[in-house]
Amino acid sequence: MKPTDINNPEYFHKVVDCQYACPAHTPVPQYIRLIAEQRYSEAYMLNWESNVFPGVLGRTCDRPCEPACRRGRVEEDPVAICRLKRVAADFKDDIHSQLPTIPAQKNGKRVALIGGGPASLTVARDLAPLGYEIDLYDDQKAGGGFMRSQIPSFRLPESVLNEEVNYILDMGITTHFNHHVKSLKSIVDKQYDAIFVGTGAPRGRDLSKLPGREEADDNIHIGIDWLANVAFEHTSKIGKKVLVLGGGNTAMDCCRTARRLGGEDVRVVVRSPQSEMKASHWEIEDTLHEDIPIFENHTPKEFVVDNGKLVGMHFEKVKAVYDEAGKRSLVPTGEDLVFMECDDVLMAIGQENAFPWIERDIGVDFGQWDMPIVDETTFQSTLKSVFFGGDAAFGPKNVITAVAHGHQAAISIDLYCQGESVNHRPAPGVNLISQKMGFHEWTYDNAVSNDERFIVPLADKEAALKNRKMEVELGFDVQQAFDEAQRCLNCDVQTVFTDDKCIECDACADVCPTDCISFVGNGEEDDLRTRLSAPSHNLEQDLYVSDALKTGRVMVKDENVCLHCGLCAERCPTTAWDMQKFFYSVTKAGQSCAE
Amino acid sequence: MSYLRPNFRHPDLKTNEIGYTKADYEGGLSTLCAGCGHDSIGASILQACFELSIEPHRVAKLSGIGCSSKTPAYFLGASHGFNSVHGRMPSVATGANLANRDLIYLGVSGDGDTASIGMGQFAHVVRRNLNMVYVVMNNGCYGLTKGQDSATADKGSASKKGAPNPYEGIDLCEMAIQLGAGFVARSFSGDKQQLTPLIKAAMSHQGFALIDVVSPCVTFNNNAASTKSYDFVREHSEATGTFDFVPMKDEIITQYNAGDTEEVTLHDGSVVHLHKMSKELKLNDRSSAMHEIERYKSKGQILTGLLYLDPLTPDTHELLGTTDKALNSLTETQLCPGNAALQSINESFR
Repeated sequence: MKPTDINNPEYFHKVVDCQYACPAHTPVPQYIRLIAEQRYSEAYMLNWESNVFPGVLGRTCDRPCEPACRRGRVEEDPVAICRLKRVAADFKDDIHSQLPTIPAQKNGKRVALIGGGPASLTVARDLAPLGYEIDLYDDQKAGGGFMRSQIPSFRLPESVLNEEVNYILDMGITTHFNHHVKSLKSIVDKQYDAIFVGTGAPRGRDLSKLPGREEADDNIHIGIDWLANVAFEHTSKIGKKVLVLGGGNTAMDCCRTARRLGGEDVRVVVRSPQSEMKASHWEIEDTLHEDIPIFENHTPKEFVVDNGKLVGMHFEKVKAVYDEAGKRSLVPTGEDLVFMECDDVLMAIGQENAFPWIERDIGVDFGQWDMPIVDETTFQSTLKSVFFGGDAAFGPKNVITAVAHGHQAAISIDLYCQGESVNHRPAPGVNLISQKMGFHEWTYDNAVSNDERFIVPLADKEAALKNRKMEVELGFDVQQAFDEAQRCLNCDVQTVFTDDKCIECDACADVCPTDCISFVGNGEEDDLRTRLSAPSHNLEQDLYVSDALKTGRVMVKDENVCLHCGLCAERCPTTAWDMQKFFYSVTKAGQSCAE
Repeated sequence: MSYLRPNFRHPDLKTNEIGYTKADYEGGLSTLCAGCGHDSIGASILQACFELSIEPHRVAKLSGIGCSSKTPAYFLGASHGFNSVHGRMPSVATGANLANRDLIYLGVSGDGDTASIGMGQFAHVVRRNLNMVYVVMNNGCYGLTKGQDSATADKGSASKKGAPNPYEGIDLCEMAIQLGAGFVARSFSGDKQQLTPLIKAAMSHQGFALIDVVSPCVTFNNNAASTKSYDFVREHSEATGTFDFVPMKDEIITQYNAGDTEEVTLHDGSVVHLHKMSKELKLNDRSSAMHEIERYKSKGQILTGLLYLDPLTPDTHELLGTTDKALNSLTETQLCPGNAALQSINESFR
């Protein structure tokens, strides 16, 4: 193999698995260290810079970082990254003084944001400090979009959401709430310099063809609409027996909300096996914890109506069958239909985008599935002044993805408004610096904690089920937060190898607790992987290969299960190995291309 | 600040025939200087024991004093160990071996511990052909006392201080061959591919097995004028050949050219193959071995690898006609056979 080019920032970036997996590339290990040092405000601001809603995401993120966490490859569970983020938000001081100053003198450019969710708010956060005048339109009475209407208060207290939404709105954003935009043309006509569409995926799927659907309409609710009605207090109760259809996170929110609104026998009924449900496993756990059973492999067949009122549903039992390509089909088992009684049904079987309000003749072209054609890097539509982001761009994802879109769209809008090419993207900010302090001494805690993942304490179940607004998770206390933070392996502290310093004494290979390092003859990657000190099966993790050493061999380090403990560098007599902290930050609008 | 080895190991570590992973053969974390050759030798010993599927409790590690003699703390943490007096490891090993002949005795010593203070002990343990592996971690200097030249430092070699050594260096391999050792090898800490199979073969050899391992002292003797530095050894060593060790239980499947390969069956049935670079060398010929060592030395080179092997030398127990069982397995009646037995012995001397 060719020597690894560590000057390419993406190489070490990929070693920081959590940061690499995060759509917004939040510098996770760095903020976890700050939490361990009780520097909560700094930890919060580092998050805020990157993901804009640390308090919200610390409670509700889909956490793509956690399955990626290296810790999960050397033991059972990854670091509780998400809940540590919440710790930063919970324990921070007043951070108002650290927010960017908004210039009194504007730059003369006006931007409209349609939709007040995480994508639009991120665009506002990035552009307002640059002097843009920003108008935000949303049909809800307050900002936050789906974070406000879809995420129940027992998971995300309104005060936390308000705080983080207001940090942005207080940047002098002109809000037009309770304003449903019915025509994009009407906005285009207002002569904005750029328009950002962050309207989410607002339409919940229905089972309109199922028998009984129309007759039972009074007691059948689309999950996302129903959750919004609860959030805005148009709905305050539900029947005692409730069926929730669907296996995603919205279904979990629906059933748990139903339990708090009077539902006593609440059931989740899902077509697939439980193991394949889309919901995050922790949300499934929380659901089961609240005595909500999940019925898997049940396909809805009929709404059963008696005297014009819904009394139950029929389901067909199926089983999952997989073809050779691994594609799943749900095949009826032939058993009798299952009848379940119910007073209400909540349908949480998916969301769709819908753009009835965008005129098809104003230059925004639409493609497959009636979705706008949007550039995946620049988020620009075919109408150059109109940008999309969040669920509105490429369909339903999650908050952190919407934030990442917002940052990139803001860069594009800034470039576009300044008359530059939107393809002229800024490089990431990178820093790599030695962490050596002295003999056996590093700036980071290189000892590896043996603790297992700490469980976030929960509120008393009975009390929580009585109050829709009572937050279920209590969050880590200071000590738990410290102990959990210490589980982080500091993957951003990189093992950097300088080949011309190496005397091939083998000390690093001998001391490495996880046998990551080998000195072998070079070869192609497939071949090299068979000749290393330890099995090297994880092809997603790179091999770090040096140039040829004096003996003609090369140093090969399998990044897969490196604990970043620094022992290789401790035992290296020539400092050919050094532990260097790699800081990678996604460049934001306005910092771009300072050449 | 921390200097602790994490508890996590590679999740897919291989296991050997008795179900152990390499982690089961680890010892404490080394406190030697970073980059010390001794740590590599320890890692080779660990690897050899893992590959041979030796139960750790069947090994006794014995050592004297010095950097080398600290190392048994850093490998085979579950084995027996005795850190003895300076230069007196062979006596302790002899006593232990006489008491329990069933263990594998691994003596770890250094050039000072062997060739200076322990020279007399070394000479006689070789002569007695004690069944043990005797590893010399040979760095040509006294690393523990600021790097003075040791008795194995080559004439003319200079350590970090810079003064060339005026004395002739002792060649422990030549001595051992001359004194009757059955297994003599020389290796280099920086060449695990050679060292590990040598250790495995030495452990399978019945009788005294010496491995003199050149092990650079990174702190005091790894400079350009030293003949025991990483660079010098790499540039000036010539192997007697590549080396295979085939344990008794494994079938021999490779065919070798008869002329180039010498094959020796050890006492326990395992087989050693040496694919010779030097056709001059005859493995069980003492004068050939001595001659080859000297011949390379006169060219300014170090001959490494297996130098001499005679698998049939009688070991101490055989020479002394001792009991064939470990003493701890004998019963009281066997150990104290009573007055009648004593009388009969006395009678035999009248």
